Amino acid sequence: MIYKETGQYNSNYRSDHAIFPLMQDKIAFSLLMLVAFLFVPFVVDSYWEKAILVPFLIYSMAAIGLNILTGYCGQVSLGTGGFMAVGAFSTYKLMTTYPDLNIMIIVIISGFISALVGILFGLPSLRIKGFYLAVATLASQFFLVWLFNKVPWFYNYSDTGQITVSERTMFGVPVTGAAAPPYATYLFCLVLVVVFGFAAKNMIRSKIGRSWMAIRDMDIAAEIIGVPPLKTKLTAFAISSFYIGISGSLYFAVYLGALEVTESFDIMAISFPVLFMIIIGGLGSMLGSFLGAAFIVLLPIVLKNFMVDLVGLSAVTAKHFEITIWGLLMVVFLIVEPHGLARLWSIAKEKLRRWPFPY
Amino acid sequence: MRLKKLLLGLLGSVIAIGSFLEIASADLKFPMLVYRTGAYAPNGIPNADGFVDYYRMINARDGGIGGEKIVFPECETGYKTQVGVECYEKHKEGAMVFQPMSTGITYQLIPKATADGVTIYSTGYGRTSAKNGKVFKWIFNAPATYWDGASIAIRHILKQNLGNIKNKKIALVYHNSAYGKEPIRTLETLAKKHGYKLMLLPVDHPGQEQKATWLKIRKSRPNYILMWGWGVMNSVAVKSAASIKFPMENFIGIWWSGSENDVLPAGQGAHGYKALTFNAPGTDYQVHKDIKKYVHDKGNASGDGSHFGTVLYNRGLFQAMVQVEAARVAQKMHGTSKITAAMYRDGMENVNLDAARMEQLGFKNFSPPFKNTCENHGGSGLAAVQQWDAKAKKWNMITEYMYGDSDVVDKLIAEDSAKYAKEQKIALRCN
Amino acid sequence: MSVELLNFIETVLNGLMSGIMYSLVALGFVLIFKASGVFNFAQGVFALFAALTLVGFQTGQVPFSHLINELFGTKLHHWYPEIHSFLAIIFTIITMIVLAWIIERLVLKHLVNQEPIILFMATIGLAFVLEGIGDLMWGSDVKVLDVGIPSGGSEWLENATIGLAAEGSEYYGMYIDVLNVWATVIAVILVTALALFSQYTKTGRALRAVADDHQAALSVGISLRTIWVFVWAMSGFIAMVAGIMWGTESGVQFSLSLIALKALPVLILGGFTSIPGAIIGGLLIGVGEKLAEIYIGGLFDIGAIENWFAYFMALVFLLFRPQGLFGEKIIERV
Repeated sequence: MIYKETGQYNSNYRSDHAIFPLMQDKIAFSLLMLVAFLFVPFVVDSYWEKAILVPFLIYSMAAIGLNILTGYCGQVSLGTGGFMAVGAFSTYKLMTTYPDLNIMIIVIISGFISALVGILFGLPSLRIKGFYLAVATLASQFFLVWLFNKVPWFYNYSDTGQITVSERTMFGVPVTGAAAPPYATYLFCLVLVVVFGFAAKNMIRSKIGRSWMAIRDMDIAAEIIGVPPLKTKLTAFAISSFYIGISGSLYFAVYLGALEVTESFDIMAISFPVLFMIIIGGLGSMLGSFLGAAFIVLLPIVLKNFMVDLVGLSAVTAKHFEITIWGLLMVVFLIVEPHGLARLWSIAKEKLRRWPFPY
Repeated sequence: MRLKKLLLGLLGSVIAIGSFLEIASADLKFPMLVYRTGAYAPNGIPNADGFVDYYRMINARDGGIGGEKIVFPECETGYKTQVGVECYEKHKEGAMVFQPMSTGITYQLIPKATADGVTIYSTGYGRTSAKNGKVFKWIFNAPATYWDGASIAIRHILKQNLGNIKNKKIALVYHNSAYGKEPIRTLETLAKKHGYKLMLLPVDHPGQEQKATWLKIRKSRPNYILMWGWGVMNSVAVKSAASIKFPMENFIGIWWSGSENDVLPAGQGAHGYKALTFNAPGTDYQVHKDIKKYVHDKGNASGDGSHFGTVLYNRGLFQAMVQVEAARVAQKMHGTSKITAAMYRDGMENVNLDAARMEQLGFKNFSPPFKNTCENHGGSGLAAVQQWDAKAKKWNMITEYMYGDSDVVDKLIAEDSAKYAKEQKIALRCN
Repeated sequence: MSVELLNFIETVLNGLMSGIMYSLVALGFVLIFKASGVFNFAQGVFALFAALTLVGFQTGQVPFSHLINELFGTKLHHWYPEIHSFLAIIFTIITMIVLAWIIERLVLKHLVNQEPIILFMATIGLAFVLEGIGDLMWGSDVKVLDVGIPSGGSEWLENATIGLAAEGSEYYGMYIDVLNVWATVIAVILVTALALFSQYTKTGRALRAVADDHQAALSVGISLRTIWVFVWAMSGFIAMVAGIMWGTESGVQFSLSLIALKALPVLILGGFTSIPGAIIGGLLIGVGEKLAEIYIGGLFDIGAIENWFAYFMALVFLLFRPQGLFGEKIIERV
């Protein structure tokens, strides 16, 4: 009943091609945006900001990026950490070189720099496929991390290679640095994620997105019907790295504030978790990127708080259980619904069409 | 069916998230960011056990600090920065002091804690230039910094060579991270001063495979090796050094490369390996007797109690002792037992642990005396050299506590902290 | 011979030895990939788990003692003082077989016919589970592993080669770790045994049939699931061997599981489906990265390049042969 689409007719192409063709979706999405923009900023405290919301938004951004590459274009990549590092270090260099440049511009330029690097490391994908490509992308991961750790120019010749963000403002309110209020950092990330989320959604619905999917589904066939593999694959790498670069930039400037490349962009800290996000969320689904990011950010925190604060286990035992349960859930998930949370959501929608009076 | 379960699960998790808000604010809260899991767990466990046992002993013996019980919630970081942030945000409310236990997390928390007004105490790790209290108001790293450590190691080598190490080759084997890179500038500056040749040999995390590094060492035959290692890297390095028959007494590790975990896997080969330390190993101190009496004998030992008296366990005792002492000083200064985070900082800044006070606390000859001042948050900078006896399986102190090369180190600290102050627009204090 | 040449030979030899150590890990990957098409990322954690279990049995630790002590306030430590390592190895093998059976029952059975990336992710999940359980069972302290394999530099080789250098030059003889020599011997035995087994036994032939074509194998009456349990048990065994070798060098601790990352370039270089590929890939990667670290690294004063260099080397090989050196040729049809 709740989700009844009967009676909603699309009488022109425009409405047929809308992002949310159904009235219910439109309302739900508008409500969500209202809450996100007008309610959350007033109640968010620093725990919710630093531990949950900001990481969620940043990982969503990275997940959208990887989903474009892996979910839509079919190129499995384990180099996410490396590309995020490019975004972070571009931001640092731009910030210190041009102290007066607006932070929003810096973040977006960092995205473009990552896109360039992404194209470079995307070149082997023209020849290498599948798992071979996945492992080959690790080359970029290890190389980029090594580079930022080795060449002192990237970290302004500081003693340790640690980079620290300085304060930048938007409309007079600091959004980076320790003094930034929770609502400011949250809104800053939210605006970027919403804007670029829509951009991605629209790209996927346009010619470029269709050619990505053609390459994913069968590259030789796509080539025969006139989709150029070189251009298509490289645009996927570029746009994917753009998103990942922006998320890396936010990860450094807004979320962590100070970081060290070897630890913060480690393959286990970024590349694998982001891949989980899109697989658990749903490959080739925008919604999935967000659901996956939410799942991966929230689950450990929920498990930990549950076991330590409610059950009263010691922190270490709780951690061991957390790792175990985390792995178990992942396996169970893949067995139960290999197409991810996004698929679960669409099944739920099916059910909701007739719920609560199915007969 | 499946959907229902999912929704129920979701509901449950929301409740679980809400629950952390209900934790009562406690008397004196010393949150612990520990890592008893992950790649560095073997080092994290004994260290954390030292903390817990000491706090428990104080609570059992003295009924807390000035009548206020210590609470010390553990938060497991696994040595990961992101988790460290979450832990900090979760526990910062009402916290007196954070001991980040990792150089990465320390760097991370320096600006945050400064903005929030929470003390960070990174005992002999973290950002070296935080020693400069003029710039880093909330950060303390007494009793010694990495740069002190580097210059003390060089001083030890100088002593063995009667003050002349011109043209000697000294290799630095370091963990390829912020932590490992810390001593490089100091060693380079000292190289100019003393005329030795410095070889830099980075080892990537985790450091399981170091064959190339040790082949290089074997070929170029450095006279001395210094090591800034951590975790599995330490034990593999000690073992490799032994197997290329490098004279172990010329192999000196920083204080984080000198625990039992690092030398035991190498067996007899590790005999003679040296490491710096600012706390003594062993169990012959009053504080150990107290812990035995009030904690272990009552069956309250942290973990399985098997780390009692090891180097890192004892370091945990020392770290906890300084934190407790700071609270006492703060209580005295402000005339109240219910201190706030700001009062606690004042206490930490005025800690004066001279030999007499150490003895009162049960730490006689356990570690070098030190005091913090407004300008100096890094203590005395004293450290000694200890040597591993593989037959007796114990560390022996072989030197007195020594000062580093303060001419060189102080200048570097002033430079680095001034750079930071300029970047972050911090006004200098203590004028 | 000049000292330079001798040093070069030494580097190559040591690279070969390191390569064998990588191959030991890579072998487990290949076996599983061949038989079930699963890219088993948990192989590294397998090695850790096996090594932990081995030490646990050897020293008589009570499994889950930390957990039991925490929940019930007991003080459990050890059952018995110590047993012979041979017995402990037997027990560990049994554990790994049981583990393989459980994995087949609970995971693989339900994931038949899924896309490779889903299977890959499932094995990462598995890796987390095993890591957590390993920690819960045996604790996360570092443990000394000693099954009697000697380690340390070989004096014999050093003395034998010290005279090879020209008179008057500073040369100290060649260095090779005895542990690595043992690893080589064991790897050779393992591979020979594997080859003989798959050529001359019924199960071995069934194994090859399954690797060739699942459906054809099924239709001639080979039980796929038995074969899978068998293969996973076998790679559990290989993981144990790798765990012993690596664990003897560094002590058994969490970092051991990260050796999987060392095996990945070996895999793509050698090809996912080839056992000789795993060995030769390992040797090439080992030699390549050691030479790069010492010579290229030394030339430009850049250290710690071996990690990414291994991947780069594999990448370059792939550009010429996208299926790895010995992998099955990828045939694409529309």
